[in-house]
Amino acid sequence: MKHIQTLNGATLKASAAKGGCGECQTSCQSACKTSCTVANQKCENQ
Amino acid sequence: MVHTFTALGQYLAADVNSGAVHVLDKLTYDLLSLIPGPMGETLPPELAEQLPQYDRRELEEGWRELLELQDGGLLFTDDTYLDPEAAMALPRAAVVKALCLHVSHDCNLRCRYCFASTGDFGTGHRMTMTPETAKRAIDWVVAKSGKRRNIEVDFFGGEPLMALDTVKQTVEYARSLEKEHDKVFRFTITTNGVLLDDDTIDYINREMSNVVLSMDGRREVNDHMRPTVNGKGSYDVIVPKFQKLVAGRGTKDYYVRGTFTRDNLDFSADVLHLGDLGFRHVSVEPCSGPADDPFAIRKEDLPQVEEEYEKLARLLMERRDINFFHFNVDLAQGPCVIKRLRGCGAGCEYVAITPDGEIYPCHQFVGKEEYRMGNVFDGSFDMEISGRFADQNIYTRPACRECWARFYCSGGCSASNLLVNGDITKSNEVACEMERKRLECAIALNAIAAGMGEAPYTERDNTACNQCGACAAEEKSNI
Ligand code: SF4
Ligand code: SF4
Repeated sequence: MKHIQTLNGATLKASAAKGGCGECQTSCQSACKTSCTVANQKCENQ
Repeated sequence: MVHTFTALGQYLAADVNSGAVHVLDKLTYDLLSLIPGPMGETLPPELAEQLPQYDRRELEEGWRELLELQDGGLLFTDDTYLDPEAAMALPRAAVVKALCLHVSHDCNLRCRYCFASTGDFGTGHRMTMTPETAKRAIDWVVAKSGKRRNIEVDFFGGEPLMALDTVKQTVEYARSLEKEHDKVFRFTITTNGVLLDDDTIDYINREMSNVVLSMDGRREVNDHMRPTVNGKGSYDVIVPKFQKLVAGRGTKDYYVRGTFTRDNLDFSADVLHLGDLGFRHVSVEPCSGPADDPFAIRKEDLPQVEEEYEKLARLLMERRDINFFHFNVDLAQGPCVIKRLRGCGAGCEYVAITPDGEIYPCHQFVGKEEYRMGNVFDGSFDMEISGRFADQNIYTRPACRECWARFYCSGGCSASNLLVNGDITKSNEVACEMERKRLECAIALNAIAAGMGEAPYTERDNTACNQCGACAAEEKSNI
């Protein structure tokens, strides 16, 4: 493509199929703690 | 839903439901910004008319490229692939797998913004948790975690090092249960650093898989907000100790985390200062609270805060030695979409335990009587309260449902919603604005790191900005 570069593909869709094991880190999004955007967490199952 | 935005001079589009992110040129950016929904085969003439600055053939070419993305499931995707009901059944099971253990409701600092009322959570009595209570909490979570293997325990306070003996006994006890119950404990401690000595540093570096070191940045900023009980600054006491701890940390996780308030909206200087002190993993986060809180970021501060985040992102491009927590978004490898429906596990997967062994949805609800869920001694656990939290997700929270950032942010903080809007389901709009801005910067940084898009930010360019328009107005008035 001339005008567009794709930085990331449809990764969310792909993850729906195998997700939900629940082993990943619990997150807290509060500013007063180890606040954690979920998007920067790791999947335990990869 | 597609979110087009500019950050750091990049033209970007995030396709919300698929997770795809595209780096555009100015033409496709301008074009896509005008497209309300799924695209047809050909460029509508009225769209072309709105963009007279571009050659018609070029626009058609841009349209075809965008259409190709749409056909490939990378643009204007819907989220019917996901059944929110089924997805939420999982967290509703109330399998508790993380504890915030308030080993000390006491503190040796008197931070002015402290949500825990400088340690005692507004109770007026300062106390530490006995090892017996902590062990009961561990037994409780082992039972409550069912088949979940990984269990997290965060030693929190007040200041947890004021109850170091309880911390040590808890770790030892939990480890002794791992094999028999097929569990793996991961410990984290959040400390203000005052009581760190060589032995404690060694202990933390050995036993804690993560450590959060609290300080705010520049000396004057830190000492203004984080005085000792006697009103002296804490910077000189803690900095050498934190440096020592980090030097011995090896590859284990740590974060130096600070808070910025209305008093230091130039917080990029604090992030850089923490980097200058040798700390690689840095998180500096906005103080949050109701509109009359003297320190919390307010709506009127947002333009300045957002500008500061852009500034910080640009500065960090030159400072590869600093890993700023909130710009660290892994677009491809993050958690599954089910996890992203609700980031916060309060009241379901995650609870806080007070020194008395009482259970609250999380550390921020401690002391709010109506949210007391039970007690580790009698095993009580209020499923009605738990259910209320389990029902929170990006589909049930009205603002999140409409928000482009929902799969990155995962719904925000119930406690801050309650604090600011009196309702755990009502998103704290000020916090949301900052979250969205951080995400935009993070995505732009990803694009730049991948060598994509426009040349990294040069000088201010009004045409490249879809934000507030204030600078264009300012320029006009200068003519
Ligand atoms: S309610 Fe807020 S503070 Fe509590 S766990 Fe959730 S995100 Fe963290
Ligand atoms: S930024 Fe706010 S509205 Fe958007 S998903 Fe996060 S909490 Fe919800």
